[in-house]
Amino acid sequence: MYSPQIILEAALNGLMTGAVYALIALGLTLIYGVLHIINFAHGALLTCAMFGVWIAWAWLGMDPYLVILPLVPLMFALGYGLQRFVIGPASHGDDGNILLVTLGLSIVLENVLLALFQSDTRTLDTDYSFQVVALGPLLLSYPRVIGLGVAVVVTGLLWLVLNRTDTGKAIRAVAKEKLGANLVGIDVPHVYAVTFGMGCACLAVAAGLLMPTFYVNPRIGGAFVLVAFTVVVLGGMGSLPGALLGGLFIGVVESLCGLFLGDSLGQIGIFLIFIAVLLVRPTGLFGAKA
Amino acid sequence: MTARDLIPIAVLTILAALLPLVVTSSPVLNFLVFMLIVALGAQGWNILGGFGGQFSFGHAAFFGTGAYVTAILQLRYGVNAWAGLVLATGAGAVVGWSIGYLSFRSGLRGSYFALVTLAFAEVFRILANAASFTGGAAGLLIKLDVSPANLQFADRAVFYWLVLALVAAVLLLTRWIQRSRFGAQLVAVRENEDAAKALGVDSLAVKLRAIALSGAVTALSGCLYAQYFLYIDANIAYGSWISVELLLAPIIGGVGTVFGPVVGALTLHGLGEVAKQFAGRIPGIDLIVFGGVLVLAVAFARGGILGLLERLRDRGRGMVARGTKEVSHAGR
Repeated sequence: MYSPQIILEAALNGLMTGAVYALIALGLTLIYGVLHIINFAHGALLTCAMFGVWIAWAWLGMDPYLVILPLVPLMFALGYGLQRFVIGPASHGDDGNILLVTLGLSIVLENVLLALFQSDTRTLDTDYSFQVVALGPLLLSYPRVIGLGVAVVVTGLLWLVLNRTDTGKAIRAVAKEKLGANLVGIDVPHVYAVTFGMGCACLAVAAGLLMPTFYVNPRIGGAFVLVAFTVVVLGGMGSLPGALLGGLFIGVVESLCGLFLGDSLGQIGIFLIFIAVLLVRPTGLFGAKA
Repeated sequence: MTARDLIPIAVLTILAALLPLVVTSSPVLNFLVFMLIVALGAQGWNILGGFGGQFSFGHAAFFGTGAYVTAILQLRYGVNAWAGLVLATGAGAVVGWSIGYLSFRSGLRGSYFALVTLAFAEVFRILANAASFTGGAAGLLIKLDVSPANLQFADRAVFYWLVLALVAAVLLLTRWIQRSRFGAQLVAVRENEDAAKALGVDSLAVKLRAIALSGAVTALSGCLYAQYFLYIDANIAYGSWISVELLLAPIIGGVGTVFGPVVGALTLHGLGEVAKQFAGRIPGIDLIVFGGVLVLAVAFARGGILGLLERLRDRGRGMVARGTKEVSHAGR
């Protein structure tokens, strides 16, 4: 039998892993909500960001959390450029094409990283990687508590940007009605690229939060991207609160499945939920009716 | 089907069958066999994705099922390899039909269908990796026992001819689909499902037939893979890379065409080999080429290589036509 404390601890740890899933899913859902595309390159872009964090730590001796600050604009620029100059022009605005172009991009990115860094797994260590925070009788991993806090703050910030700024207004206009937005003078390709950049900037934050307790190798993104798809579909494609709650929920499910079924089967719960949601309610829990 | 449909397939097959008489080096034969296995699986993808317009990102689910069914039947139940081949193909059809029934019944299409197939393949991968019945993470080793009765041949060329014959058979099948009523309905569903329904096409039944056929052909290729390399594990058979590869080939070659998957597989693997020769020891260089070619194909050659050739031919014809017109003007 499992004691309630172990189960509760597993659930809380899952909640905190889920916060990082939520951040990754935020980027994905933002891009989906506005551009209506499924970005298959999301995982590879996350891997790029994680290598960015690792390089800054290994070569410049920077703290992984501090790296987030310069990495956010860098990832934004990368995302902006990719959408503006590669994905947009190459896909001719067709859904199936976008899927394929982002798939091609992810293959290229992953293997360029593989060529540069080989397939070795890299970790970084900090003083706080294994610190714990005591919460009553429960012991929580310090980096994960930080992760949860930052994920909530970033979701809030994104919400503010979308709802309280002119850029946000333009983004929402394009998401609702592309043609109308174009008619009132909004530069649609620019807004698309900005949105894509913002989605990638979320990945920079996620990478900074992940690295103190995780590892990186060129193929690591694939593990996250499927989970992120699940979160996005569960929360409703394009819904920010859906992504946050979906991420937290999936984190808990994974952690509990891992506890009860063992590590090798831990992820199966995620995919079964994914399939079930797709089959029963593809608009997700928070999504608008299609 | 008319003679015009059959002759190109027959000529190409005979030419390809002569290859092992010229090339005897075993790395080259290995390359050719692997390429043909990929081409066969890609032909399976093309039935559903090309003619039916349902892009699957999880054809590994069928490939792996074919590979595992034949391996398990031989290892655990002592079933003959040839019978295993037939049963594996049947299992692919059943798995295809089941996945199709679940997803098409729920009305999933486009990106949603791509995602759900991806998830099914992942579930199979995790299960095969964890269950002891499937050999777990260690995988399964088919016993080496060279004999034609066991579908293991001392000469690689024989296996090459076998795979080639099956590729040719699926070329014929695809050509038949293209010419048949079923194929026309499938294309109608691809182009505009609502319009097809309005004209009385039972779109669910048509899509289910397509995914069952597609699953069967791809399972057959997975079975051949297991039989040729005599080893499989979950990450090979159900890995996401095989899903990607099976969809790359038709898209590069010419999606929804009879020869597209074969042309695509040949081009991709040919380019990959060339890249490896030039770049030497850089890991992943062939895959960088694959990804780059995919982006370029989508950007500049939407019908794949065959589409590009056709456009060039049409342009050539257009010029000839314009030329004659000018001549007739001059004559007047």
